[in-house]
Amino acid sequence: MIGILDYGCGNLRSLENALAFLGLESCRVATPEAIGEMDRLIQPGVGHFGHAMTQLRSRNLEASVKAFAASGRPLLGICLGMQLIFEGSDEAPEVPGLALLPGRFEPFTDPALKVPHMGWSAVDFGDRQGTAYFVHTYFLPAWDEAVPSQMLGLAQYGRPLVAAFRSGNLAGCQFHPEKSGSWGLELLKELVTW
Amino acid sequence: MVMKRIIPCLDVKNGRVVKGVQFLNLKDSGDPVELATRYDAEGADELVFLDITAGIEHRDTAVRMVEAVAKAVFIPFTVGGGIRQAEDADAMLLAGCDKVGVNSAAVRRPELLTEMANRFGRQCVVLAVDVRRTNTGYRVVVDAGRTETPWTLEDWLDEAQRRGAGEVLLTSMDQDGSNAGYDLESLRIATARLRIPLIASGGFGEARHALEAFRAGADAALVASALHTGGLTVRRLKEQLANAGVEVRPC
Repeated sequence: MIGILDYGCGNLRSLENALAFLGLESCRVATPEAIGEMDRLIQPGVGHFGHAMTQLRSRNLEASVKAFAASGRPLLGICLGMQLIFEGSDEAPEVPGLALLPGRFEPFTDPALKVPHMGWSAVDFGDRQGTAYFVHTYFLPAWDEAVPSQMLGLAQYGRPLVAAFRSGNLAGCQFHPEKSGSWGLELLKELVTW
Repeated sequence: MVMKRIIPCLDVKNGRVVKGVQFLNLKDSGDPVELATRYDAEGADELVFLDITAGIEHRDTAVRMVEAVAKAVFIPFTVGGGIRQAEDADAMLLAGCDKVGVNSAAVRRPELLTEMANRFGRQCVVLAVDVRRTNTGYRVVVDAGRTETPWTLEDWLDEAQRRGAGEVLLTSMDQDGSNAGYDLESLRIATARLRIPLIASGGFGEARHALEAFRAGADAALVASALHTGGLTVRRLKEQLANAGVEVRPC
């Protein structure tokens, strides 16, 4: 069963609809016990990095998510949910992330750019291309080369940014695969069925 | 970089698409789900539903439509029309839309923009602005153009952006329905003042008009009647734009 982490940070409906459309069963999980029972976990998220981490901690979910990841079961973070997998963000410099992977998120600072980065941008996976729907204000500028990855997608918005990755049992999309048309649905399926 | 967007707009009344959308091979030309699916398959980047239902039934029928569309269509979509308070927006977002459009209610009570931005994030808040050309510049109008407001376009955009609008959908009431092209001067004025995305609306007739709007600074072009009557498809429009050097999402 695929668990969708419900920690009060974002509308889970679109993701549930997309998984149902793909014929994949999912359920919402909001407790450490429920997380532990899942085969896979998706961590969505919209909003503020500091608020989201505070929600995870105050609901006693941080340790369970970390334990889930340590068990080797697949964890997929989407949008802010991907950001939380890393060490931190300038959006809340004093709040540590889950730190399952190295890296910090930075704001877009080029005054010529509209912020947030909102809309469709090309994603380059090296061996293939895609076009994805993004809505975000902070970004990860580079993948840490010391960390092996099975899949890495980069986009450009003023500067390069990590758009999607899979590294062992951890995966993430900065964009919304559930809102990126048929291409996005295919990618979502790939990320929850490998 | 971010691509220019083509956004079909559908008028909805009592849960049905109105204003005669004509597609071949549709079982039911008024079904929002069928039409949304069709535009999605053609390569639309986003969809806007403008709900013109009147009366107390309004919110319930809109919610049911949003739920149905969200189960079938996996591109972002906005619902506008009749949003008066943050609770209305909440009901739509929970039903599965991605953004909510506000117009008259925000002019009457600009705090609504702040309330929505704080609660849902400003990326969810699409401010629809209707303008009319006057001797002294562009004037903001409400109630489908019937009521003039004290706001100039410039002042209202400054105020709305400061209050929490995440995107502006700018409609020229002079050009709307004309198929003669967008009002480029108002788009240039808006572009000079906005750090949030701008959607051009009112007057689209052919690909050249979208090209002009993008050159005037618009990030997206709203398209209605020219698509609905079957004379042009989203795919053909995007091909024409790509040939003209505009970066659009491949269909």
